Amino acid sequence: MTPDVTVDISPSLALVLLAAVLVGTGVYLLLERSLTRIIVGIALLSNGVNMLLLVSGGRAGGAPLLGETDPAEMSDPLPQAMILTAIVITLGMMAFLLAMAYRSWQLNGHDEVQDDLEDRRIARRAARDELSPRAEDDAGTSLAEDAARTRDETEGGPQVHAEASHHPAALSETDEGAKP
Amino acid sequence: MSWLVAVPVVLPLIGTGLTLVLARRPKAQAVVSLTVLSLVLTAAVALLVRVEDGPVVMDVGGWAAPVGIALVADRLSALMLVISVTVTLGVLVYSLAQGLADRARAAPLAIYHPTFLVLSAGVSNAFISGDLFNIYVGFEVLLAASFVLITLGGTRDRIRAGTIYVVVSLVGSLIFLIAIALVYAATGTLNLAQLALRLPEIDPGTQLVLQVLLLVAFGIKAAVFPLSAWLPDSYPTAPAPVTAVFAGLLTKVGVYAIIRTQVLLFPDGRLDEVLMVVALATMLVGILGAVAQDDIKRLLSFTLVSHIGFMVWGVATSSQAGLSAAIFYTAHHITVQTGLFLVVGLIERRGGTTSLVRLGSLGRAAPALAALYFVPAMTLAGIPPSTGFLGKAGLITAAAESGTGWSYTLIAGGLLTSLLTLYAVGRAWNMAFWQEAPEELPRASTPAGLVGPAAALVAFSLALAIGGGKLYDYTDSAAADLRDRMPYIVAVLPDDGRGTGQSESASQGGEGDG
Repeated sequence: MTPDVTVDISPSLALVLLAAVLVGTGVYLLLERSLTRIIVGIALLSNGVNMLLLVSGGRAGGAPLLGETDPAEMSDPLPQAMILTAIVITLGMMAFLLAMAYRSWQLNGHDEVQDDLEDRRIARRAARDELSPRAEDDAGTSLAEDAARTRDETEGGPQVHAEASHHPAALSETDEGAKP
Repeated sequence: MSWLVAVPVVLPLIGTGLTLVLARRPKAQAVVSLTVLSLVLTAAVALLVRVEDGPVVMDVGGWAAPVGIALVADRLSALMLVISVTVTLGVLVYSLAQGLADRARAAPLAIYHPTFLVLSAGVSNAFISGDLFNIYVGFEVLLAASFVLITLGGTRDRIRAGTIYVVVSLVGSLIFLIAIALVYAATGTLNLAQLALRLPEIDPGTQLVLQVLLLVAFGIKAAVFPLSAWLPDSYPTAPAPVTAVFAGLLTKVGVYAIIRTQVLLFPDGRLDEVLMVVALATMLVGILGAVAQDDIKRLLSFTLVSHIGFMVWGVATSSQAGLSAAIFYTAHHITVQTGLFLVVGLIERRGGTTSLVRLGSLGRAAPALAALYFVPAMTLAGIPPSTGFLGKAGLITAAAESGTGWSYTLIAGGLLTSLLTLYAVGRAWNMAFWQEAPEELPRASTPAGLVGPAAALVAFSLALAIGGGKLYDYTDSAAADLRDRMPYIVAVLPDDGRGTGQSESASQGGEGDG
């Protein structure tokens, strides 16, 4: 190999376009919910990235290492070695993904990625403006009960308050705080 | 003695082979895993001592540095190795005890030990590699192992959580691979030391693109804010020891990679302000998420995201003190977060659930467990004299020294995050330990074998606090080395720009501009 300065690194346009198309379609498929499409997307995406690695080695040349070509005319072998490594790694990951998609189909009858249940629960609770079911003070009354029983002087009495409250009033007549 | 660097990678891989062969004999597997990780810990401590005389470099296969792959252990790598292997060993002992305690109920998992060792090898490889592509390989090794561990058992929940984790991780890896391709196209090398010499020579715009790409790739691994949504979604469903080791190590590998590349390859810090904004957002969004949670595992996953922000903040200060504090904080956080997740595993055993709505009365039922939760929880929140306090104090001092508007904003954000952390872990403490349980606790016991490792990790974090001054001295010199850059570069590429080993002359290896 000669010093880098003499190496022509302008890439082939065909390879760059191919990489762009592969990455583009890969990303599009990746945004789907079905695991099968995601897998195809990752396969295309990783091939596109491998193409990019190939481009990064510069212009194609003669076979390296064999000693048949002049060093200045050789291809850079390093990106090819890296692509091989990347292909092997992707193969393993892909096999795992396929197994997972199959397992998901076994369990659910489909391979769509579901939302996180806990997330949805918290989001629903926030939308209803509810407090945590276990928010209690020392006396063991929950905040929702507390809010209902507290007299709000500015609103003209507990009845109005109970109606205005987001939290359903758990008690009314028997409530000590509501007595005059 | 340079072979010592390879030990943390090679030994676990050999152990993997052995444990696979011994798949039908769980006891022999346990002995092999314990021996391997203990030996690796010894090697890591030996490295920690050795790096005092400068980085230890090994050219793999006897090929000289820029041509072959270099394994480098400098102060930062050695510290990360020691902490990570200690934590891994602790979690291994915990999972062994869990296996013993659950033998009647749980089917023995023959693949657990081999996978765990592969994970350890991958993490170590990422810490010691002196080559960008080798870091990628290290990431993939640990990811492959983590995929298996997070879907262990293949239940519906774990498959759902695992899918998200696997897909996000793979996309992150592909972005890293794109960055590698572009770095190679721009500079013709992937050796970190040579990159440090060559990158300043290329066009600043190109440099910025490479820097951003690497940051995005590592940001996904480290769960930095806009790229962090996958973490609280996927970690909590895994078994307790797996969550513990993931929380401790995997994100920190990303943080390590950010520190390494930002400081060594892009020393002019053009993205510091962006990093500061990102750090602030990570801290606040993460901790606000934690406050909203009703499940203690999810709560801790959100605090994990939040506290990654502190480390990114340290990197963004772009000063020696800030970097030192970031390294200190990383060491602190690995220990504490792993310890906390192990303790939560104990809580789950005792209380039968991790849902804070259903937990309660544990303070009376298991006072030792209460103490065990309290100490790391307060360390996480940063109550003096814990390591969390020391780390945060270091970060705040470093930020105040630089004294810009952003620094003060971040100090405010950091303090607010600490307070909210205290609120979140305090609320969990209140609900799980002090309040009456809504229903009766199950009759369960926590075997001493399980409490032991968790207690040992908590004690280790206390020991770090006691030796905090020494540790800070160490991280100070580590940060000084990192900022100076020359010790690393000279160690990998001495005098003539070649490492030790084959490939006779400089004219043979693409080393034209020296």
